[in-house]
Amino acid sequence: MIRENSPVILSVRDLTAEIDGTPILKGVNLEVRAGEIHAIMGPNGSGKSTFSKILAGHPDYRVTGGEILYLGKDLLAMEPEERAWAGIFLAFQYPIEIPGVSNLDFLRAAYNARQKYRDQPEMDPLEFDDFVRQKLELVKMDPAFLERPVNEGFSGGEKKRNEILQMAVLEPTLAILDETDSGLDIDALRIVAQGINQLAGPEKAILLITHYQRLLEYVTPDYVHVMEGGRIVLSGDKTLALELEQRGYDWLREEVG
Amino acid sequence: MSAAVPKSSVGESDAASFGRSFLEHILSQIPEVEDSHATLRQQARAQLAELGIPTPREEDWKYSDLSPLVAHAFRLAGPGEGDVNRATLEPWLWSESRHSYAVLVNGYFAPHLSDLSGLPSALRLAPLSQAASGGLQTIAKVDVFSALNTAHLGGGIQIELLPHEKVLPPLHLLWITVAPEGEAVLAQPRCLLTLPAYSSLTLIEDHLSWGSGIPFSNAVTEIALEEGSRLHHILVQRQGSQAFHINQTAVRQGRYSHYRLQALQWGSQFSRHNLELAQVEPQAHTHLQGLTLLKGSQHSDTHSRLRHQAPQGSSRQLHKCIVDETARAVFSGRILVSREAQLTDAAQTNRNLLLSPKARVDTRPHLEIFADNVKCTHGATVGQLEAEEIFYLQSRGIPLAQARQLLTYAFAAEILEGIPVAQLPSLVAQQLAPG
Repeated sequence: MIRENSPVILSVRDLTAEIDGTPILKGVNLEVRAGEIHAIMGPNGSGKSTFSKILAGHPDYRVTGGEILYLGKDLLAMEPEERAWAGIFLAFQYPIEIPGVSNLDFLRAAYNARQKYRDQPEMDPLEFDDFVRQKLELVKMDPAFLERPVNEGFSGGEKKRNEILQMAVLEPTLAILDETDSGLDIDALRIVAQGINQLAGPEKAILLITHYQRLLEYVTPDYVHVMEGGRIVLSGDKTLALELEQRGYDWLREEVG
Repeated sequence: MSAAVPKSSVGESDAASFGRSFLEHILSQIPEVEDSHATLRQQARAQLAELGIPTPREEDWKYSDLSPLVAHAFRLAGPGEGDVNRATLEPWLWSESRHSYAVLVNGYFAPHLSDLSGLPSALRLAPLSQAASGGLQTIAKVDVFSALNTAHLGGGIQIELLPHEKVLPPLHLLWITVAPEGEAVLAQPRCLLTLPAYSSLTLIEDHLSWGSGIPFSNAVTEIALEEGSRLHHILVQRQGSQAFHINQTAVRQGRYSHYRLQALQWGSQFSRHNLELAQVEPQAHTHLQGLTLLKGSQHSDTHSRLRHQAPQGSSRQLHKCIVDETARAVFSGRILVSREAQLTDAAQTNRNLLLSPKARVDTRPHLEIFADNVKCTHGATVGQLEAEEIFYLQSRGIPLAQARQLLTYAFAAEILEGIPVAQLPSLVAQQLAPG
């Protein structure tokens, strides 16, 4: 939802970054305001996944130039957990399995860590159990998943739904979803999309990183950006996604590259 | 991984005399008594005259230097020492074995401190001093430490069960070595367990030490599993940070018998667990799981030898070490499949997690196969926490130290599955807590 004078949540200026000395981002500019849903599309290797990881503070990438302001603050000066406490959430393309730690305990540890940081009351196991059961509805997950170890033995679709469940519990201000649609069958895709739509809101912003237009049939973006060669080379509205779907990415390289 | 030069190396010339005065000092404290074990004790003394304390020049002790142990003159502890009473025991008891625990102070059974009321009469516990010698030292491998234990036979416990009896409550043995301040104290726990045909038992051996002195427990447990019997054996070694611990678990398995061991250890400055297992009849199954948690400058060595001597046996072994700071873990696992043991199915894995750049692990899995129709695999890995995994937890708002702890626990979790004491996983988690 695009609104006039809506506050800026994320402002990225001339961002450059590398991994192991190889430049990946070569000057990314992006502004995201409250209420907006942005999609970043692009071919494999264009830097879109790197961009999402840098926003969340992945230690493998080195920012070599530019700046990122989140709610007016210097995001690059914050540790990954501080970013989470401040309301940033990254749904992983490949969620990690944590044997021996139940989903419920993990969610509560994450929730309480943030509450503590914000000087808000923490929840005891009973309170949290009630709280999380309401959130399960959103992703149509069986409560039995709460007792299972985090992501261990989950199917690809279950892992992605579990990411949306974590997002629902942490209620982020800026949610970044990295290829959340990949590997999902149509039913799982619908459930995940519904979850995302319900978690969107006028005070929040969502950044969808995706290769395909598929997810965008269910979650309507306000803006679509195309990344290529470490830069956003084209921006438009949702019709751009459809155009990419029809024409592929190759023409971009010829026209822009 | 290469061998380090031992801290205080032993020269060729004095290897024979290494630890001699250490042994003599202990042997001189053992009283001569005429009882049913006198012959075994004399045999052990004779063996000790030949067996010296091993040095790192010996293959089996290559990574474990006993110099810090033999530097102490240990006093042989007697029964009834220390402030062990119902109140001081309370924090060490578990609800699952609230009425099925036996306390052994300095290796001696203390019935007045034990509660065995939850156990069926088919299960019999008796001090070894009252037992006949039959069965003792028929399973354990003779080495200098088992011989030292045998030379001191008299304490310890014998556990017997009637055939076809299945005991439900876990039997918790608390081996407590009491070392008062300023003293170096030796206790020699000894356990003989026989499970007759088609009986089953869960046995928890729990090694503790009390007091601020230097305890040394030198334990031997011999287990005979007869046809179709099942033992779930949990071994917990949580002695104090000054302690020395050497332990031999020797198991002989008959036809269709099933032995499962979950060995959890995080205590002692120096520990060595010798596992001696033999499948002597067909179709036995052995399932070994080990977890060693080390920090500071702890040293722990697990040496296992599993002999498949009859056809159609199977075994699974998974040993994990988590090593922090400057601690050092050793795993040496041998699986021997003899010519008769056709259709053996054996798999051994050792996985190690190093939490600091100065932590160290030496791992030596090996197979020796003399039968031609078998399925055997082995492998070892050494790794660190994955940056990607730490990042995942941090990105959910979990601070770095807590993220590391959760992932370390996750590495250990597999070993704790099916453990019959709810408190044990939490004790492991506490050990992994930062600081």
